[in-house]
Amino acid sequence: MSKQRASQPARGKRWLAAALAVSSGLAAFVAAADTTVRVLRVEISDVEKQYYADVVAEYEAQNPGVNVVFEYIANEAYKTRLPTLLQSNQRPDIFYSWGGEGLRDQVEAGFVRDLTEEMQDGWQDLYPESAVRAFTLDDRVYGAPLYATVVGFWANTALTEQAGVDIDAIETWEDLQQAVTTLRESGITPAVVGGQDGWPMHFYWGYLATRLAGGEGIEAAKQGENGGFEGEPFVRAGELLQAFVELNPFQSGFMATSYERASAMFGDGEAALHLMGDWDYIPSKERSMTGEGVPDEDLEFIRFPRVDDGAGNDDSFGGMNGFAVTRDASDEAVDFLRFLLNEENQREAARLGIFVPVAHGSEEELDTPYARKVAQILSESNFHQVFLDQALGTSVGATVNDISGDLAQGEITPEEAAAQVEEAWMFR
Amino acid sequence: MSTLTRPAVHRRSNTDRLRQGLANGKFTAVLILLPPALILFSLFVILPLADAAYYSAFSWNGYGTPTNFVGTQNYERLLDHSVFHTALWNTAKLILVSLLLQMPLALGLALLVYRKTPTNTLFRLVFFLPYILAEVAAGLIWSFVFDGDYGITAFMFQALGQESVYVLADRQWAFPAIMTVIVWKYFGFHMMIYIAALQSVPKDLIEAAKLEGAKPRQVALFVQIPLIKHAIVVSGFFAIIGSLQIFDIIIPMTNGGPSNSTHTIVTYLYTFGLSRLNIGFGSAAAVVLFVLAIGIALFYQRATAKEERT
Repeated sequence: MSKQRASQPARGKRWLAAALAVSSGLAAFVAAADTTVRVLRVEISDVEKQYYADVVAEYEAQNPGVNVVFEYIANEAYKTRLPTLLQSNQRPDIFYSWGGEGLRDQVEAGFVRDLTEEMQDGWQDLYPESAVRAFTLDDRVYGAPLYATVVGFWANTALTEQAGVDIDAIETWEDLQQAVTTLRESGITPAVVGGQDGWPMHFYWGYLATRLAGGEGIEAAKQGENGGFEGEPFVRAGELLQAFVELNPFQSGFMATSYERASAMFGDGEAALHLMGDWDYIPSKERSMTGEGVPDEDLEFIRFPRVDDGAGNDDSFGGMNGFAVTRDASDEAVDFLRFLLNEENQREAARLGIFVPVAHGSEEELDTPYARKVAQILSESNFHQVFLDQALGTSVGATVNDISGDLAQGEITPEEAAAQVEEAWMFR
Repeated sequence: MSTLTRPAVHRRSNTDRLRQGLANGKFTAVLILLPPALILFSLFVILPLADAAYYSAFSWNGYGTPTNFVGTQNYERLLDHSVFHTALWNTAKLILVSLLLQMPLALGLALLVYRKTPTNTLFRLVFFLPYILAEVAAGLIWSFVFDGDYGITAFMFQALGQESVYVLADRQWAFPAIMTVIVWKYFGFHMMIYIAALQSVPKDLIEAAKLEGAKPRQVALFVQIPLIKHAIVVSGFFAIIGSLQIFDIIIPMTNGGPSNSTHTIVTYLYTFGLSRLNIGFGSAAAVVLFVLAIGIALFYQRATAKEERT
């Protein structure tokens, strides 16, 4: 094509001019976009994708030399592909992280850039200490927080009122057990749980262990103090869980129910309670048959109850998710991350309601009462314990999920459960 | 077979053989044809095997290079692990069910539908259909069938006025349910092997037996089945190797649960080795699986070859 056109004298000049323009334009482009920052994120909603696209557009406008690209991988695939990706030359500059032992593995293998100095330079003051701590290993900071999630009981107040249960009065574990009994007597399924997936059941054992040992007690157990994970609080967590299951709190066949199904069942009003993260608000509605879920006026999000003599009664349990930077990423990558997680962008995320951001003050922008409740729980929290199945690393975490299901089915004793976790921790 | 038909040759020394081989061009053929196969084989079979054996001596999470040498610790943990015992036993159950239930079923059906008639073609198609379905899809479909809320099982129990049973959440019933699906999925494949073999059985032999007064059952037992023995041996081999590899039906059905009671060796390897990032431990499981597979294959070959000779 181009050869033919060039041979035509009338069009020759125009073609030449066009070619010149294109090549000079290309040169300008190459010179300008000399740095590309690749960000790897777990697959998310379109709203959140749009949010990142807007942040990137703004950043690129302010920094003409930088080109930011977001890539998304589905959740489970992300976890299994990340180790391989980090070791290849396809490694991203910034990657999504859950902190905890998973991050430690990556740090110890030398894949993560130390952000301590940048963070001390005013950056970390934006966030509460507990958020930064999730990415701190041996006093060095290896990541920055994006948002926090909190686990609590989603409650359908239409059903609880029908049974005569005052949901706001559930303060202690005994109160919860009482409520479960009352609900059962009224012919209402007290709670749904996605037992097949493992992790939803781990919320019970994990939260009970957090209540009993406290975030600091769990840290101590990691060091092998007080009997490690075979210590008293972890055994008692199993006992409490088994005593709870004896009240028949869950839907029938709960070990064959996936999280998605449980979430839909709650949305359909088939049970009064669902112990789940705050993120389930929209999914539960979307998965329900009507698509509306439990109407907002009948919906409440309550704190996990306190436990007698619990060292962690003021702690919260959930996720602390953020980003880490790979070792040989450019300084521009760090600069972009700092921009992405700055107060203004965090406030914007809160305004859009896509998650509960962690930066101080961003909770003011939160729209739903549930999100505000989460922010309140977080701000009052002594210690934000990251999900045990993530905080203890992939292998130990899976064991925690296993024993939670086994305990609920009465397959193992609380002592055996605790011993299995300790063994997995020793062999991690 | 070929060794039997060839006239007996007196034993020759190896050098004699080599010399003759060089003379008739066999050696050149080997020289040209072997290297590509050997390179591919080493690259994609021997090398990964050696890698797995090497990694199995380390406690390694897949990041960086393995440095934490633990010797045989991974194997000790593996052999101590109760879930691994369950996985081994489940795999053995699969082999037994395949050999003792699936193959006779396939053989019986093959004897019924091997003759070339339009109705038989239809039956064959119906029996063969499950095999065409992707394993993951089959697993998903059956997980709906066994569902205690909306599945056919639930419907049946409700029709009988009984409390619904959650088959796949029940430690007692989950694995039998999986075995049922596996028999359902693969019997058509074995049936096809038998049909092909049965069609090659000389008709005059069957006619002769019938003239002698043999009933259909006797014809099958004393004429047809002995004549398709080679096909049965092959299908038995497929059944055993297939049972050792079962993975993609179980993952969608139970994911190894409830309480890790439905693992096979491969789902065990995947769950405890790969998805938990214990690459060293998983490699140890893989090595054990490999040794088992080789062992069983050799044993089977010996056993069946001996029978063929007698």
